[in-house]
Formats: sequence, structure tokens, C-alpha cells
Amino acid sequence: MKIISLDPRVERLEFREEHWQPQRPLTAGEQWPTYEVFHMKKRGTQPVHVGIVHAPTPEMALAFAKEQYARRGTTVRLWVVPSDQVYATSPEDEAIFATTPEKIHREPFAYKVKEKIERYKKSQKK
Amino acid sequence: MYGTIHISEEEYGQFAELLKNEDPEKLAEFEDRIQRGEKIEPDDWMPQLYRRQVLRMIEQHAHSEIIGALPEGTWITRAPGFRRKMALMAKVQDEIGHAQLLYSAAETLGKTREEMINDLLAGKSKYSNVFNYPAKTWADVALIGFLVDAGAIINQVTNAKGSYGPYVRALERICYEEAFHLKQGHDAFVALATGTPAQRAMIQDALNRWWQPLMHFFGPPDNISTHTKLLTRWKVKMATNDEMRQWYLDQYVPKIWELGLTLPDPALRKDPETGKWEYSDPDWDEFFRVINGDGPLNKERLAVRRWAEEHGRWIRQALQKPERSYVTPFA
Ligand SMILES: [Fe+2]
Ligand SMILES: [Fe+2]
Repeated sequence: MKIISLDPRVERLEFREEHWQPQRPLTAGEQWPTYEVFHMKKRGTQPVHVGIVHAPTPEMALAFAKEQYARRGTTVRLWVVPSDQVYATSPEDEAIFATTPEKIHREPFAYKVKEKIERYKKSQKK
Repeated sequence: MYGTIHISEEEYGQFAELLKNEDPEKLAEFEDRIQRGEKIEPDDWMPQLYRRQVLRMIEQHAHSEIIGALPEGTWITRAPGFRRKMALMAKVQDEIGHAQLLYSAAETLGKTREEMINDLLAGKSKYSNVFNYPAKTWADVALIGFLVDAGAIINQVTNAKGSYGPYVRALERICYEEAFHLKQGHDAFVALATGTPAQRAMIQDALNRWWQPLMHFFGPPDNISTHTKLLTRWKVKMATNDEMRQWYLDQYVPKIWELGLTLPDPALRKDPETGKWEYSDPDWDEFFRVINGDGPLNKERLAVRRWAEEHGRWIRQALQKPERSYVTPFA
């Protein structure tokens, strides 16, 4: 059965009967691995994780990353890392970090030197 | 603006049947996180129903992006002038990029991209109905860029407030690009609407043919089932179909009318008292007919994808390197 399409490109494709039916599905072995993509927007800034690409090789991953994550704005570098090479903390480990924001002795604002000096100066005037 | 379906704690019991196989302690933790406005990440515990629904939603969205590129993609060579060709090419490339971003987000839930593509090609998955209609003239392409993308934006901005981290991240990037799609579409639409009488007639004809598919875009009014309520509570479903349709009409009908164009629905008007739009019910039987495969172009759309997959397979195989295998991406 020939397709009658408004689209000249579709008209030119020679569809055969089997295109009306699903074909052999892709198998797990035909799935390319993924790479995690890091993007540096400007010199002097951190590369930032922006997502993944599917690619058979790192070189192809870089080519796809350029198409996928560097179509607009500025880019100075792209990095790709195979997804299976990334090690991450687990959700159960999130508790380890829970009290970190409370550790204000690590923060500059926890030290009120000026107040102490003012108090000292006042006490000297008496 | 969001979450019009409220569920009080007393009403929560109605979900018992849907949740009977879930660990109550983990479920409570999961729900607390969502109530606090935190996002769910792929390695977090989540109820089965949540995983299934979020996956289905992102997958359908991804399919809509690649199928959605077909009606416009074929117009690139026929777009009037170099600038419009460049814009359309950029837009179509974005749409394929959106599909990739969305497949990645869906993959974090444990279904591979290729499994999703298999299901699409097998006709087992749904995609947006609007892409089963033909783009007959250049005016149709202008209309799609403006009014179909406008619908997509409403949908995507709404979903971007949802609870699943990878989907939210993908949508943030997508919404930024959609702003350009809408702008270039509006520009092409206005160029025709303010052009020669023949150009105006073209855009009016496109509006007449597309109005019904546009009214179908957000789907039929929801029946608010227990299921829907639970998905609303979990911030998977962020607005009802009718709410989104109202926002859409509110923003875009004035932009059509201001150009002196008409819409083929004599009942369409905004009730000044309620502030709500009134309209004649679009033909929902047709909507269901098309979604179940019997639209003007369902067959052609899938055949084109199957052809592309078949003719591209040798490249896939030639480049395949057996030493590195696929793992589920985690963000
Ligand atoms: Fe898109
Ligand atoms: Fe778009």
C-alpha cells in the first residue's frame, strides 16, 4: 500500500508493507552507554553538570554534548564522564550532612569582634 | 494557581487501597518531603504508583517531542526565506533535543531509552494528539510555532512545579528554549495576519482547521478519581486539564482577536462576571478516535519513525562497542 502524503519527502520514502507494523524491537545490547556531561560557560567558572548523552565512544559523546548542551550562549569547554564511572553517596547518607548548616563556628559571621571592641572602648571611657 | 484538588487528612483513607503494598514508614517520609516542597531524586524511595505515573508522563512527553518535530521538519526546505528556514531548523533541532532530555529523565526511573522507543514504534505509547494532523500550508507551520508551542509552554511551566527532580531540571531547560519557539511562531503568524489579503486568508484558514485540535490539546475535562487526587497530592499532576485550557484561552485568544482574525466557535467568550471562558464543547469522540490511532496521520507518523529507525540501525550497530555497557543514569 502506497502512502499518499502531503509531504513530498514522505512521498519519496519507499514505505513497504512492514512499515505499517512494528519491526524487530531494539535489544538491550543495542543500547549505547551514557556519559555525564559537564559544561563550562566562561573561563574562570566551574564546569557544571548539565545532563547525559547516549554515545558509543567518548568522542561521539562530546559531539552529541555539543549538539545537546551548547546550542546557545557561551561555552568554553565540555567534559564527558562515563556514567558507570561516577560514584555517589546514597540517599541514606544524606543525614551525615544534616547538621552542617548548624556548624556556624566555621562561618565568619559567628565572630562578632567589632561588638567586643566597642564594649571595651566604652568601658575604657568610664 | 495550583493544586485546586484539596485532600484533607480525614479524606486520606480513600487512598488505602492504592497504597496497601507500600511501607507506611517510608511512605510517610516520602509524603513529608513532598509537603515540604522538596524534590524527589531517582535513588530515593518512592511508591510504585508514583514511579509508574511519572515515568509514563515523561515518556509520553518525550514521544510528543520527536513526533512533534515531523510536521515542522518537513517544512524547513519550503519555509519562505533564509531567516525563517534558519529559525525553523533551530526549532526542530530543539524539539529533538527536548526528546533526548526527557528520555534521560525518564530513564532514571528504570526504563531504557531504547525500550521507550520500542514501545513508541510498536504503537503501544501515546503522544500528543495534535501531531496527528497535517501541516498543509506555511500558515499551518506559523500557527503550530505560535499556538501549539503556546499550549506546550502552559503544560510545561505547570509540570515544572512538580515533584520529580530530573523532570523539573529537564523542563527548566526546555521552557527556556520554548520561549524562542513561541516568539518565532508569533512573528511568522503576525507576518501573515498583517500581510496581503491572500496571506490573511491563509492564516484564517489554518485557524479554522486547527481550532478543534487546539481545544483538544489539554485533553477532556478530568474526572477527579481517587487516582487523580493522589497524583495531585504527590505533585505529579499539577493542574486539571480544564484549568490549563482556561489559562491558554486567557492568554492567547486576545492575541488572535487583536489581529482581526476569527475563531470558528460562536460561543467562545469570556464571561465578565466569572472571568472564565465559555466555549462549545469540542468533539471529544473525535479526540478519542484519534488518540486510539485513527487520526488523519497516525499511520504516517509512525511509519516515518519506523523507516528512520530501520535505516539508521546499521549506524547504531557499526558504532556499538561491546566493552562498555549501559547503566541507568542517575540524575
Ligand atoms: Fe519542545
Ligand atoms: Fe517547542
